[in-house]
Amino acid sequence: MTAGIERPVWTRKHLLTINELSREEILFLLDTAESFKEVSTRSVKKVPALRGRVVVLMFFEDSTRTRMSFELAAQRLSADAIDFAEKVSSTKKGETLLDTARNIEAMGVDIMVLRHPAAGAAEHLARAVNCCVVNAGDGQHAHPTQALLDLFTIREHKGRIEGLNVAIVGDILHSRVARSDIRGLQKLGARVTLVGPPTLVSRDFEAMGARVTHDFESILPEMDVISMLRIQKERMTASGFPSVREYVHFYGMNRERLRRCRPDVLIMHPGPVNRGIELAADVADGPSSSILRQVTNGLAVRMAVLFLCQQAAAGGEHAP
Amino acid sequence: MPAVPRRPRGPDPEFGSTMKSTILIRGGRVVDPSQEIDAVLDLAIKDGRIAALGKSAPRSADEVYDAGGLIVAPGFIDMHVHLREPGHEAQETIESGTAAAAAGGFTAVACMPNTAPPLDNDSAIEFVLRQAARTAHTRVYPIGALTEKREGKELAELGLMVRAGAIAFSDDGDGIQDAGVCLRAMKYLSMFDRLFIQHCQDRTLGGGGCMNAGPTATRLGLPGIPAASEVLMAQRDIALARQTGVRYHVAHVSCAGTVELVRQAKRAGQRVTAEVTPHHLLLTDEACATFDTNYKMNPPLRSRADVEACVAGVQDGTIDCLACDHAPHGKEAKEYEFQEAPFGIIGLETAVALYIRALLLPKVIDWPQLVRAASTRPAQLLGVPGGSLAVGQPADVTLIDPTAEWTIDVERMRSKSRNCPFDGERVQGRAVGTIVEGQWRFRLTERD
Repeated sequence: MTAGIERPVWTRKHLLTINELSREEILFLLDTAESFKEVSTRSVKKVPALRGRVVVLMFFEDSTRTRMSFELAAQRLSADAIDFAEKVSSTKKGETLLDTARNIEAMGVDIMVLRHPAAGAAEHLARAVNCCVVNAGDGQHAHPTQALLDLFTIREHKGRIEGLNVAIVGDILHSRVARSDIRGLQKLGARVTLVGPPTLVSRDFEAMGARVTHDFESILPEMDVISMLRIQKERMTASGFPSVREYVHFYGMNRERLRRCRPDVLIMHPGPVNRGIELAADVADGPSSSILRQVTNGLAVRMAVLFLCQQAAAGGEHAP
Repeated sequence: MPAVPRRPRGPDPEFGSTMKSTILIRGGRVVDPSQEIDAVLDLAIKDGRIAALGKSAPRSADEVYDAGGLIVAPGFIDMHVHLREPGHEAQETIESGTAAAAAGGFTAVACMPNTAPPLDNDSAIEFVLRQAARTAHTRVYPIGALTEKREGKELAELGLMVRAGAIAFSDDGDGIQDAGVCLRAMKYLSMFDRLFIQHCQDRTLGGGGCMNAGPTATRLGLPGIPAASEVLMAQRDIALARQTGVRYHVAHVSCAGTVELVRQAKRAGQRVTAEVTPHHLLLTDEACATFDTNYKMNPPLRSRADVEACVAGVQDGTIDCLACDHAPHGKEAKEYEFQEAPFGIIGLETAVALYIRALLLPKVIDWPQLVRAASTRPAQLLGVPGGSLAVGQPADVTLIDPTAEWTIDVERMRSKSRNCPFDGERVQGRAVGTIVEGQWRFRLTERD
């Protein structure tokens, strides 16, 4: 590298977890997303940043909004986005994830966006291929772009993240979103409180530096941000609570609870919302809610992720 | 009777000295807890048996082996290995697995019945013994399944398997979940005085787990197997075994709670024994943080406190035996994602160095205690020859260079599989020679 040229902040060709990112990298990515957000307001919503590049969306799990968000992000950067959807587990099929990926890579792919039911799948993949790997959710482990868009949305609203009190409420145990949010928020200096019954929020989370409480009511007045997680009924094989009715009674966000919060509280939800369960309809649609803005911001954040990872990989190619 | 390989197949230049009928192992540090010996002595072997042990060597021998600086011990016996034959010969065979065993200093192994088909009847036991007689480099003691197909429902033909040569019984890989079936198996087995070996894991707790339940699993979002699942079954079994008088053995103890249960049962005079693996003496669940499937085993790697409890259990004799749970898997199986990958790692060729690392270098135990746990106790529990260098005993001898430094390299291993988390690590101490019934089965050469 030539003397006098600053080392770029972003040098990663993969985005696998929030854990690996420094505070500076996260802020740089959010700033980059800020500039991409403007693209979406133009009448021609496209920039040529990734023209001629191929992004493959490898989704081994159902997803509508994350897949669409990545697909649009790739298209707005002028990349070719192709879909690969597979719901049979690789072991059952006899072909491993790595074999599938190596085959796809052999066709000439620049970025793989992976959604997979197994924790660690993205890291596993990144060790085996040469192209960029972006984790779009691996099992219950990580969902870094969701955490980044949450950070982006909080910063947009509050002007800062440092020093904020943020609660994440619900099924933390089965949530990759929560795991990534905890790390991202902590890296930017927020205080994280996890709320839910002990079956869904175990004390083990304290080892991640988060506060754990089972009493939602008591923490309402101190929170700047409250993120309500979806109750994943489909994943609750051995149910973490006796009934939806009982869950709503203790952990649902409704107008009465909202009244006990600070007036400027921000209510978030990664979607899709179970209306009337974790979030009452009038709160979801009310002025405190940032649900749709999260979705909008997700697009800008994913554009930034694809752009920066590809740029880092290309930089690597041209380096002496 | 257990099979002892008579000779290697065909001419084998590496074993040029195998047919010599007398060997003199001179000047080594003989460690034999069965006779309470720990001294520099000469050991004479004649016609497959220990002929003399003393300070003055007999003058004539077909071969004189200078064992200066070496540990000379009764042959190490690993009572918990998976040889994968029949059914998974691409991962390991009786031939390759026992070659690995001999290279690791073991003169005998007991092989678990979770093969395909499982060893749950007398003809399957006979098959293993016949294959061993034909191809094995060490003694092979087959362990029969306790229940048909290892399903934990109906008793397997325990008596016929005893008659065929099964040395102990276990459904390893699974514990018998149903208490009634377990009690029946214990009662029935008690009439044959064979060891009842249980893989303690209550599947109603963390049945779908893939690593230890705890902060690391929580952080990684991986389903956990709580230590309590092991403790619960051990506790139930100890209560059941008390009524039946069966000799009960806990396989691969992994957590503090189980160590304490075994300690209490021993104190109460019950015939309960236990073994521990090198990895449970050295590694914690934090090793899983990179999703490296070489750290995926069952029972899973536990917490630091559990590791310390296992080490303390070896120190005070609560844990009787060291066993490596050698579990070969092909590279393709370990290519799966962590949740999908099979459990287990290979261990025969690294065990001695890892026992030294875990127990001798930190001065937890001394050489006589190590030899007791790796040789004398397994021989006693299985009721097999060996575990002693007393005159007249079969000449099963392990020679160890306790100070040799070497680098673990999976590519040089005799095992057919490569799933070893210690690959590339620098370790101290290794087997340099293995003698089974007076014949060299392994001698360390330059290429090792």
